[in-house]
Amino acid sequence: MLDGRSAIRRKLPTRLVLSATWLTLLVLAAIFAPLIAPKDPLAQDLFLGQLPPFWVQGHEPGYFLGTDSLGRDVLSRILYGARLALTVALIAGSITCFIGAAMGLMAGFLRGWVDILISRAIDIWMAFPPVLFSILLIAVLGPGLWSIIIAIVVIDWTRFARVIRAEAMTQGAMDYVASAQVAGRTRVSTMLTEILPNVLPTIVVLLTLEMGISIIVEAILSFVNLSISTDDPTWGGMIAEGRASIHQAWWVLVFPLITLFLTVLSFSQLGEGLKDHFDPVLR
Amino acid sequence: MSYLSIRNLSAHLKGRPDQILRRVSLEVSAGEVRGLVGESGAGKSMIGKAILGTLPQSVEITGGQIILDGTDLLALPAAQRRTLIGAKCALIPQDPLTALNPSRRIGPQITNRLVDILHWSRADAEKRARDLLAEVQIPDPERVLRSYPHELSGGMRQRILIASAFAAEPKLIIADEPTTALDVTVQKQILKLIAAMQARHGIALLFVTHDLGVVSKVCQTLSVLYAGYVLEDSTIPDFFHAPKHPYSRALLAATPKYTDPDGSLTPVPDAIIETTRAEVAAFDRSAHV
Repeated sequence: MLDGRSAIRRKLPTRLVLSATWLTLLVLAAIFAPLIAPKDPLAQDLFLGQLPPFWVQGHEPGYFLGTDSLGRDVLSRILYGARLALTVALIAGSITCFIGAAMGLMAGFLRGWVDILISRAIDIWMAFPPVLFSILLIAVLGPGLWSIIIAIVVIDWTRFARVIRAEAMTQGAMDYVASAQVAGRTRVSTMLTEILPNVLPTIVVLLTLEMGISIIVEAILSFVNLSISTDDPTWGGMIAEGRASIHQAWWVLVFPLITLFLTVLSFSQLGEGLKDHFDPVLR
Repeated sequence: MSYLSIRNLSAHLKGRPDQILRRVSLEVSAGEVRGLVGESGAGKSMIGKAILGTLPQSVEITGGQIILDGTDLLALPAAQRRTLIGAKCALIPQDPLTALNPSRRIGPQITNRLVDILHWSRADAEKRARDLLAEVQIPDPERVLRSYPHELSGGMRQRILIASAFAAEPKLIIADEPTTALDVTVQKQILKLIAAMQARHGIALLFVTHDLGVVSKVCQTLSVLYAGYVLEDSTIPDFFHAPKHPYSRALLAATPKYTDPDGSLTPVPDAIIETTRAEVAAFDRSAHV
């Protein structure tokens, strides 16, 4: 008989609310950066170099989070930096997810030579040191937005493929898959209609995790000066510049770092929160 | 003419000499319920999977025929075989907890196959699903159709699976230990339900089980399997009154009885297993002469 399980409706988990709020604000900030940024992020003024944030003595009005060594406004640069970070997160995360999940699904459910091919590719891929691999890739492709995205996709698709392969194998052994086969579904149709919906919660969690990782990778590449052109503000670039003046102007390093940290954390919490709330099995 | 007839079906594990099925032959007519019994690993589930085309990739059929309604399934190309099986056969699986897709509501799970594969209209499929749920005595079918599997009990899910098996009006149903995963009180109801549905729809039913008590209640004929070899093929009255094979006699003697809880659990004697193994080996050799 129907029991109480169906009647339970939980309120939205706190972490889902918090992370979604932060990411929404960030997306809005990125879109409307030209409207809300108090200063031009590229404008230099050597007379206003290393101004402290608003609560420290010696600050200038209008420079809310202070300025860097070249007198550029930190807050404005963070807001503009969000554009690149979020673009990379969305595009690189989605492409990585799509390719990795497709590979994992095929390997785990179709098995046979497809599995052998994909699994060996994953093994070989994972033997490369990832940071070195990405630096090498950028060096070959040349710096630029698409180079970063390609580097992230090429390195990280294995993360999805491995996890989704294992999930697809577990689901593939269930009786409902056999029933679908008996009913006359083809292997590919079974994979898409029966297996995919059941690995979707895992894909969503991995996707948001990957978006966070993409931002970190972009920051690492900016840090070693291999991201896009050095003019455009990036969080990684700001952290790299801030490191040089850490003893005189800590805020140049700390604010982009906090933003990066909160964003990556929010992405991972968003994924977990969504899974908790929307997975019909866990719910 | 039997609806399903399996002739000399052999199968083995790929890359190994181990035989899983040894020239198995059996027949099921329309309206007949045939029990398929044997100990774990005797190959009883494998026969069901061979018919339905859901054998694991590691198992390979090496010979024989599976004739369904006059057509040899093994001689058909994969796509045609799938269509034929989908139209004429159905499966009642062992574990109701894993046999429904956990991420989808019950309604679409029953109707989608009718719509997508057999091209029914959605309205017909939905009506069929409601009627069947009522037929398997599910109260409030409308609500159950909108539920997710995890919201329902095991016995309830097994009823849904039975309804789902009958949905496309199959001619042959394979029940693979349909009551093993249920508790005893529910088992009895489900057995009654399967028997009633089978009689009403007049289908051929192949009932795979290791429980001779269940066989005696539901089946008319049975095949006893040992190591993929059919030891005995008999009707239920004959088997329970005068089993022909010594292994069958030992199997019957090993069945626990409520009237004699202490003395009844006699394992099959080693000597009988020895002679049965020798018989299987001799049967294998006879194939090569």
